[in-house]
Amino acid sequence: MKLQELEDFTTQVRRDILRQVHKVNSGHPGGSLGCAEFFTVLYKEVMEHNPNFDMDGKNEDLFFLSNGHISPVYYSVLARSGYFPVEELNTFRLIDSRLQGHPTTHEGLPGVRIASGSLGQGMSVALGAAQAKKLNKDKHLVYSLHGDGELQEGQNWEAIMYAAGKKVDNLIATVDYNGQQIDGSTDQVLPLGDLKLKFEAFGWEVVEIEEGNNIEHIIKGLQLAKSKTGQGKPICVLLKTVMGNGVDFMMHTHAWHGKAPSNEQLKEALSQNPETLGDY
Amino acid sequence: MKKYIDTGKKDTRSGFGDGLTELGRTHPNVVALCADLVGSLKMQDFIDENPERFFQVGIAEANMVGISAGLTIGGKIPFAGTFANFATGRVYDQIRQSVAYSGKNVKICASHSGVTLGEDGATHQILEDIGLMKMLPGMTVINTCDYNQTKAATLAIADYNGPVYLRFGRPKVANFTPENQTFEIGKAVQLYEGNDVTIIATGHLVWEAVQAAQVLAEKGISAEVINIHTIKPLDEKAVLASVAKTGAVVTAEEHNYLGGLGESVARTLAMNNPAPQEFVATQDTFGESGTPDQLFEKYGLNSSAIVEKALKVLKRKKDI
Repeated sequence: MKLQELEDFTTQVRRDILRQVHKVNSGHPGGSLGCAEFFTVLYKEVMEHNPNFDMDGKNEDLFFLSNGHISPVYYSVLARSGYFPVEELNTFRLIDSRLQGHPTTHEGLPGVRIASGSLGQGMSVALGAAQAKKLNKDKHLVYSLHGDGELQEGQNWEAIMYAAGKKVDNLIATVDYNGQQIDGSTDQVLPLGDLKLKFEAFGWEVVEIEEGNNIEHIIKGLQLAKSKTGQGKPICVLLKTVMGNGVDFMMHTHAWHGKAPSNEQLKEALSQNPETLGDY
Repeated sequence: MKKYIDTGKKDTRSGFGDGLTELGRTHPNVVALCADLVGSLKMQDFIDENPERFFQVGIAEANMVGISAGLTIGGKIPFAGTFANFATGRVYDQIRQSVAYSGKNVKICASHSGVTLGEDGATHQILEDIGLMKMLPGMTVINTCDYNQTKAATLAIADYNGPVYLRFGRPKVANFTPENQTFEIGKAVQLYEGNDVTIIATGHLVWEAVQAAQVLAEKGISAEVINIHTIKPLDEKAVLASVAKTGAVVTAEEHNYLGGLGESVARTLAMNNPAPQEFVATQDTFGESGTPDQLFEKYGLNSSAIVEKALKVLKRKKDI
């Protein structure tokens, strides 16, 4: 896709995020907005994937969202990539919906291969899927996304040790490195230390994307990450994002981690992100 | 009265290991995982024959459960083995979200359940795992009674699509059910037909129930003995048919009386045909170090405990 098309796609995704969360006055806009460019690049530019969804996902790249609370961006990108009707975004968090507060396979939503929400579990699942690909002689890759605060969950470090020890080199695990979590900055809540050094010490290749909301930088970074696969090491992408990106009053704060905008705030936020592909 | 012959004491975990080895030969999609307990789980033969289909995850059970869930995506059938304590309580949330709620075809294979793992003591003797697992929507819960049945169950769950908790143990116990039996998930097995009292047992307590029925017979009491290897889904039809006939029931399990087989039977009866029931189970307590026989004696889990409870429930039946 051309850069402008990717930009337009991202802008529409931002609108979808804001409108989903506003409608039900609940959900997590901050992290969703911060990852809008990443999801766009992943689904529209980087991954080979098939919207005719099949759970086993053989002969295609797979993606696992570990920090399931950023479901609004996931749902928007899946819908606009053809996995399910865009109109279904209207049902986000409503009773009888396939678009649960946190993503699940339980209601049969195409595109989702594991439930997530209780944090810290996604990397292990991605590792299993990556090892299944190896057993199946499937050369495609497995991608995953994790919150930075989520790395406080110990299971991640079990998985990080395992991935390197067992040479799972068909996995690209991205950390949404925005430095924010519910109770404040990660430094205030529990400092993460030097994540690059930590992943490297565990035996991973680390790719840093300093401008994690810049589409060209994300493409370049993920292509670099891809080039490092198949060489005996798992790949970690440290994606430095701004929580709430694209809506000026939501940026650089944890305040919008799990809060919906009011009617006026929605109007203001949407005015900063004009309709591109058409609202649902 | 039918005689059940102990063909030689064997551990149920070896039934699991031998079943897994057979699956390695017949089911190319079966893979195995272990958290640093290969010897205890008897997985070595499978590993020797299928090294590429075995994943040693180290002492990291949460990761093992997640990896198992991931392996199903791509069509694998993971058998994840460790001690029952670490296979359930330690990883409850991982099983809940990544396996049960996600509907993944993962087989949680748990050895060293109950008090009969013996000398290691209460840190390793989980008596709450049946309850934890049966409360998870969609989870099948199986507790086998001897080597032959454990092997048969291991083979059967590979052909069933869905999450399963398979519970077995460490000690060498009587091997008395048929070799090469067909294992039907959710189907009770009647061992003795009787009219006075129903004894419903699972796991290591099934052999004790057989012994108890013989003692009761000598006292002129006709006990019906049912081997419930599948606690969930419970064969409610078999339970109700038997209790409709006998009007009294004793449940027997190596588990806390809260949350175990006994409570599942009690719920079934309460909703359909209430009857006096006695529980042979641990009484909301932790275990302790000791030999399996000593622990069975101290915690009231052997055949004499079943006889005692049968006599008690018969008295209650008469008093109604």
